[in-house]
Amino acid sequence: MHAVRPPRPDQVYLFGTCLIDLFVPEAGLDAVRLLEREGLTVHYPPAQSCCGQPAFTSGNPDEARRVAAAQIALFDQPWPIVVPSGSCAGMMRHHWPTLFDDDPALQARARDVAGRVHELAGFLVEVLAVDYSAAGGEPVTVGLHTSCSARREMGTRVHGVQLLSALPGVTLDTHASESECCGFGGVFSLKHADISGAIVRDKVASLSAVCDRFVTADCGCMLNITHAAEHQGRPLRGEHIATFLRRRLEGAA
Amino acid sequence: MSAQPLHFVSPAQFRGRVSEALADDGLRDNFRSAMHFLRDKRASQFPDPVETEALRDLGEAVRKHALAHLPALLEKLEANLQARGVEVHWADTPDEACAIIHRIATEAGARRVIKGKSMVSEEVELNHYLEARGVECLESDMGEYIVQLAGERPSHIVMPAIHKTKQDIARLFEQKIPGVGYTEDVDALIHTGRQVLRERFMQADIGISGVNFAIAETGTLWLVENEGNGRLSTTVPDIHIAMMGIEKVVDTLEHALPLASLLPRSATGQAATTYFNLISGPRRPGDQDGPRRMHLVLLDNGRSQAYADAQLRATLQCIRCGACMNHCPVYARVGGHAYGTTYPGPIGQILSPHLLGLEASRDLPTASSLCGACAEVCPVRIPIPSLLMRLRTEANRAPGAAVAQPLAGQGASFSLGQKLVWRFWSGIYASPGRYRLLRWAATRLRRLAPRSQMGWTQHRTPLVPAARSLHDLMKARARGRPGV
Ligand code: SF4
Repeated sequence: MHAVRPPRPDQVYLFGTCLIDLFVPEAGLDAVRLLEREGLTVHYPPAQSCCGQPAFTSGNPDEARRVAAAQIALFDQPWPIVVPSGSCAGMMRHHWPTLFDDDPALQARARDVAGRVHELAGFLVEVLAVDYSAAGGEPVTVGLHTSCSARREMGTRVHGVQLLSALPGVTLDTHASESECCGFGGVFSLKHADISGAIVRDKVASLSAVCDRFVTADCGCMLNITHAAEHQGRPLRGEHIATFLRRRLEGAA
Repeated sequence: MSAQPLHFVSPAQFRGRVSEALADDGLRDNFRSAMHFLRDKRASQFPDPVETEALRDLGEAVRKHALAHLPALLEKLEANLQARGVEVHWADTPDEACAIIHRIATEAGARRVIKGKSMVSEEVELNHYLEARGVECLESDMGEYIVQLAGERPSHIVMPAIHKTKQDIARLFEQKIPGVGYTEDVDALIHTGRQVLRERFMQADIGISGVNFAIAETGTLWLVENEGNGRLSTTVPDIHIAMMGIEKVVDTLEHALPLASLLPRSATGQAATTYFNLISGPRRPGDQDGPRRMHLVLLDNGRSQAYADAQLRATLQCIRCGACMNHCPVYARVGGHAYGTTYPGPIGQILSPHLLGLEASRDLPTASSLCGACAEVCPVRIPIPSLLMRLRTEANRAPGAAVAQPLAGQGASFSLGQKLVWRFWSGIYASPGRYRLLRWAATRLRRLAPRSQMGWTQHRTPLVPAARSLHDLMKARARGRPGV
């Protein structure tokens, strides 16, 4: 299907993202394990923090620029940069270069870095062509939620479906309105809490109708849906795709 | 009489109306299922992604071309229309547009106006202006007629009465139309509406319509519609007045073709509308019918502000298909009236700041999760999420800050407190040392995470940081600690 595959690297950077760093660190660690399983050396620049997306989307580009500039300086080797979050990867790949229209030197660096950014699931499928046919675990049915920006900017849904449906014993259930937003939208969930709450209520309902567990490559959506479900007393819980894959590969449910 | 058009509602009360709309489960369910129906219908009209994307490319190119040559095309349009006997009028403001039409009515001694569907006439609140001056206006599009009868405004730009159930309409007709009983039979309801309207077409002195595409090269106004009321309003009365925003012009007839294909497919999921009306001037000697006089009113109302900005100009590519609202998760839940603007949904969120200023519309650009569903279906590829972010930036900018092209209401959402919060935030995340401190505090003091976290905890359980950050885990791993 993918006749032209990018050359297989032996070293990569991991950009862990601020949400994973503080709230779901095991997802970042599992991303590292999945990459190492393919024989790669993973570099984690310790000075990294956030892609700047919260400031960028809320209309504060100066602050986004300041944070992005600090990250861009961290990836001086020509290795791919793997990001276990579709929306952050989208920010880095598509929006970082636009932040530096007034600074050609920095813009050139931003472009170089942006061109090396990969979302984790896409990287596993497209670049590493992983083979997970030996994975195990109890038969399980899961839903898949793809963040909107990941779906639209990074094509992540396709990769998620490919990875999950290759796992023995895993049934992927599609839910109603699957392509609809979960209502997170970063600062939107705080600024327009009631609209965001109404959207996530519907998302929780349609996921709950088909599964108790869903998998996603985006921690923002995952926290949004899981914490909304918990608030409603529903059993629905989300898991980052890196963690789900690692556990299946270890033969656990 | 105040010269200011009367506003039923305003976007300033957006938040209050959102709460009301969200509390109304019936309304929410109506809208959501109507939107799903429209989404499916649109999808059925675009089965082949390659053809779809090629057509969207063409639509975008045609609109971009028109905007790149806007002043010249408008002049060409005016000259060609005048050559065909159409009187062309220019209005900067809603008030000017209304005054022009009132003057035409007064000079003709006209008392009765019949209207085809026109969002620009809604934008300038023409009905109220004329009725306050003794000229009766009747909407002849079925949806518009229902909304007018109910004393409301359209909740959708293509389907004005989409918020109404057939039971609502049955009750409305029973109450407002003499001699009509309650029936939920949709055909009977439409028949009733049509009968009322038929008579009024014959009595009207003036017909007012909108314009979908104005073709500069030929001086042709192109109108699409399904009910035939557009054709009647533009041919039966002695005077026809068409109204359009200045952005609706396209260069040639050929350029209008991809748009005429994209519009009905995107809007209602139809391959084509029932009627295509191409109007090129009033009745000529020897013609059997048609208006004796014809006017076109071109409205700016803030559009030239969008035009002047290289990025925001894309707002004017819009062909008013409504697909962005049909696919919007916010619109589907709050409905059209909550926005308090003539144009609701994503297109309204990017257009209203130009029509009304950012001061009045400041809550609109932020009312989006930026999910991008709108841009994905927009037939002319308007990058709506990017434009929303840009408007957020302009609303956040200090009111006096010097910029090349300040927008009306620049700084409407500016607050020093907010600005400092973002400065502080970027100061932490741009500095590895400060960020390390934040991580340390967040993980070690995680038990102190507040139970109430602004808007988040209204609908979700609180977020609690992990005991060890990814940075901690990676550091431990690098030191060869077992277990990680
Ligand atoms: S912005 Fe695009 S999708 Fe929305 S009404 Fe205009 S043309 Fe249609």
